[in-house]
Amino acid sequence: MTSYRLDKGGLIDRSTALRFTFDGALHVGHQGDTLASALLANGVTLMGRSFKYHRPRSVITAGAAEPNALVELREGGRKEANTRATMIELYDGLVSKSQNNWPSLDFDVGALTSLASSVFVAGFYYKTFMWPKSFWEKIYEPIIRRAAGLGTASKLPDPDKYEKSYAHCDVLVIGSGPTGLMAALAAARQAKRVILADESSRLGGSLLNEQEEIGGTSGYEWTQGVIAELGSMPNVTLLPRTTIMGWFDGNIFGAVERVSDHLRVPDPYEPRQRYWKIHAKRAVLAAGAEERPVAFGGNDMPGVMTASAMRTYANRYAAAAGRSVVVFGGNDSIYRTARDLKSHGIHVEAIVDSRKESKADAAGTPVLRGALVADAVGGKAVKSVHLADGTHINCEAVAMSGGFSPIVNLACHRGKKPVWDAKLLAFLPPDNGEAFTVAGSAASRMLLSECLADGAAKGAVDGKPITVPKCRDEAFAISPLWWVKESHGKAFIDYQNDATAKDLPLAAREGYSDVELAKRYTTTGMATDQGKLGNINAIAILAEATGRTMDEVGTTTFRPFYTPVSFGAFTGPFTGHHFQPVRKTPLHDWAEEQGAVFVETGLWMRSSWFPREGEDWLASASREVLNTRGAVGICDVSTLGKIDVQGKDAGQFLDRLYCNTFSTLAVGKARYGLMLREDGIVYDDGTTSRLAEDHYVMTTTTANAAKVMAQMEFAHQALFPDLDVTYVSVTEQWAQMAVAGPKSRPTLQKLMDELVMTDESVPYMAALEVSIMGGIPARLFRLSFSGEHAYELAVPADYGSMVARAVMQAGDEFGITPYGVEALSIMRIEKGHVAGGELNGTTTAGDLGMGKMVSAKKDFIGRMMAQREGLTDPNRQAVVGIRPVNPADRIRAGAHLLKQDDTPSMKNDQGYVTGVAWSPMLDMWVGLALFANGRARHGEIVQVWDGLRGHRVMAEICDPMHFDKENKRLHA
Amino acid sequence: MLIPCPHCGTRPVEEFTFLGDAAPTRPTTNDPSTMEAWYEYVYLRNNPRGAIEEYAHHSGGCRSWLVVSRNTETHEVFGAVPARDFTRAKGAKA
Repeated sequence: MTSYRLDKGGLIDRSTALRFTFDGALHVGHQGDTLASALLANGVTLMGRSFKYHRPRSVITAGAAEPNALVELREGGRKEANTRATMIELYDGLVSKSQNNWPSLDFDVGALTSLASSVFVAGFYYKTFMWPKSFWEKIYEPIIRRAAGLGTASKLPDPDKYEKSYAHCDVLVIGSGPTGLMAALAAARQAKRVILADESSRLGGSLLNEQEEIGGTSGYEWTQGVIAELGSMPNVTLLPRTTIMGWFDGNIFGAVERVSDHLRVPDPYEPRQRYWKIHAKRAVLAAGAEERPVAFGGNDMPGVMTASAMRTYANRYAAAAGRSVVVFGGNDSIYRTARDLKSHGIHVEAIVDSRKESKADAAGTPVLRGALVADAVGGKAVKSVHLADGTHINCEAVAMSGGFSPIVNLACHRGKKPVWDAKLLAFLPPDNGEAFTVAGSAASRMLLSECLADGAAKGAVDGKPITVPKCRDEAFAISPLWWVKESHGKAFIDYQNDATAKDLPLAAREGYSDVELAKRYTTTGMATDQGKLGNINAIAILAEATGRTMDEVGTTTFRPFYTPVSFGAFTGPFTGHHFQPVRKTPLHDWAEEQGAVFVETGLWMRSSWFPREGEDWLASASREVLNTRGAVGICDVSTLGKIDVQGKDAGQFLDRLYCNTFSTLAVGKARYGLMLREDGIVYDDGTTSRLAEDHYVMTTTTANAAKVMAQMEFAHQALFPDLDVTYVSVTEQWAQMAVAGPKSRPTLQKLMDELVMTDESVPYMAALEVSIMGGIPARLFRLSFSGEHAYELAVPADYGSMVARAVMQAGDEFGITPYGVEALSIMRIEKGHVAGGELNGTTTAGDLGMGKMVSAKKDFIGRMMAQREGLTDPNRQAVVGIRPVNPADRIRAGAHLLKQDDTPSMKNDQGYVTGVAWSPMLDMWVGLALFANGRARHGEIVQVWDGLRGHRVMAEICDPMHFDKENKRLHA
Repeated sequence: MLIPCPHCGTRPVEEFTFLGDAAPTRPTTNDPSTMEAWYEYVYLRNNPRGAIEEYAHHSGGCRSWLVVSRNTETHEVFGAVPARDFTRAKGAKA
């Protein structure tokens, strides 16, 4: 055991005892700990195995950039893989497991790959598993995927809830360190609406981690005063545990608030996480800076971590990384580390400063100037370090600092690239204008006083600035320190993907010197931490290897998300039944009473069939057809789109929308209409009725109802703005039922208040407004999709189920039956009526056998393009009927049609089956097909080839109308 | 992204459905000799870098068709007018 809990200090509540397990072992921590700090305090430094070489790993950081200490958190449906131990707040009952090891974390067989590691260089997979090509998918990839990979996902549903929220503010402040707090305070005191968000569990940022003095008190005490003031202001929203993960168009920010991640289970009615969309007039990024590791041998060994992480563990969490420490770096911050550690009684063996000179105060610790740590020596824990000059120092931990990289990610999410500053050795954020400014150490302000002043200035751009408190500054100077080439062991750049310093010059030598290519070739920066720690080091090494400057190499693209976001946060509450709304028709209750089986059609629940005892869907649908054709049936057709069109120019407007003419339609009559797209292809069909001179009611197919409405609005507003017409969707206002069959008229007659139904009063294609059942206003249409003498009856939605029940009662003496979409579909195929299978976005009016409907006398959408050669070619596939030569055979939808003796090929393809049904009237399978030059080829025998299902039968092409060709039943 | 709907005020882009470039004008004749113009209207679109005027349907709001002007490169939105006014203005110019 090397790490341990300090006797005093830290922002932890030692009166609490939080029990938790890691790989089954029970430990105890305190309120205020993270899982990482609690593990260190318990002497657990081995926290995981690395991705490729399975090397033992511990924490490198104390924050969001952590690449190593990834654990599986929780169990069952709440299990979460790859969570950063540095960001997990400890709670009582926490269960965690290490990842990426077998059979155990301590003894891992995969670590043997390290012995063969000279083979596993960058590009190894590309080079080794190229041949034979066929091996990749079946052999190589599955093996590699099993050996590599991080944690495993739970296969159980997540029992927790997620929410989505929107917020607007004048100023969004991202980060709550000294800069962010000052920015928020400055804006808030000007009565701006302020949101202050921080990814950490507590506001305060670096002031929680460091020993600072502000305004005559400690940095921590100062934060408490500012947070209390902000918390008391009604115009301020404080969002701790909230990561701003992306900056998007229009100054919109995506954020994830971890509402309950610090609890064992969320409180009742509370979500686990809340996804925020924040519209900010102005934003100040005060995200701070990330300390860079130094590439030296064994810089991934448990016990090696960034200097600021080691300070943080000691200052904030009272956890020591080891009893004796070597501090190594090329900037002044290492001296502060040594002093802080010393103040906690942690022995610092030496400060190893790569620079020859420094003015910083070592406070009595030996300083080795111009020296370099070449290798950390040990295994699962550091035992000593070797310096480049051969010096050997025993120690249990190494604090390293290569410098500081401003956290500019968000500032680059909208495309701009950061700019290299050769003096500060940092990529500075690009200029994004007033609406998004970067302040403090995120803008490379290295002194505390500069951060406080910068925050105050950028928080309140207009109006009077607030007073900036006095503070103690730590001088800062830095020299480049990227890679100690005297190292013997592996020097890691990207810890999570196991990319080493040597991989980058190799990539350059092999031609992948462009930063984006080098990234992909070495996988540097491609892990879940997105290269937060290692990318700048990688750029520096690549620059040196190729003789370019940092600017010339440049950074890879910064993309959202700043840190990984759970699927739950994106999904929000829209899962299961809430995934999409359910639309029920006004006749839903009635259909349910009748035992309907429902089918989802888009959002709609449509009654599909009405089975009786022992019937399957086919038996039920067949009975429904026989009953309807034999006597009478009733079907819910409320899902058809219904659009009420009124105005002086209503007829003219419809003439523009449809390829046929509606302005000539007589009042009280209905007409079938065909709507084209502007490219001449059929878009939709339906009947439109004229109820008055200036009043029509259109119907659309169920599927296209919303799209047709939008198209009408476009046609009217953008194409023909001078037409005097208004229209509104009334789909949900009217319940509509088809009543079909030879007994439909006597059935409906019983409901009529005054109307005496005859062929004269209600002729074929009549559309009348009538009164039924003692005063209910209704619309009666004599329309038929089934081919029977039939009607459609529409009533205001609220009357729907009641009227349907009344129709059932009226038809009882005739043996009325409800029928569903399946029976409807069988009857339409028997009658050769086109539907979705034929109106499939490839067919013209001519293809559907409706070429004669297309008017040549008026302008309408699609008119010109429909005349193109390719769309009028007689060899186009046209709708035909198809029936098996042997009536016992079955044909299937989707099967292709071939001439009798042809072999299946694209060239020989003659068309395909668009819809089939078992016809109870004809006692065989019949179908519709699209068939080349089809109308001229009725009577031809073809092969129906179904390669997918391995099925081939012979069939005859025929008229689409399989049943009652003379339409006698329609007019009976 | 926020769209300034002339009827509803500034609304989030999720409420809108975009159709594309509003520059092409639907020919007013059905004369076969104008087929080329029709072909261009139906199929040919520029893909400008920079300023563009686009049809947008406020499908989740007032259901007006608008013409939104924005920058394809920066995604800056400059304004929006009813498509009706846009078409009429185009007609007046022609």
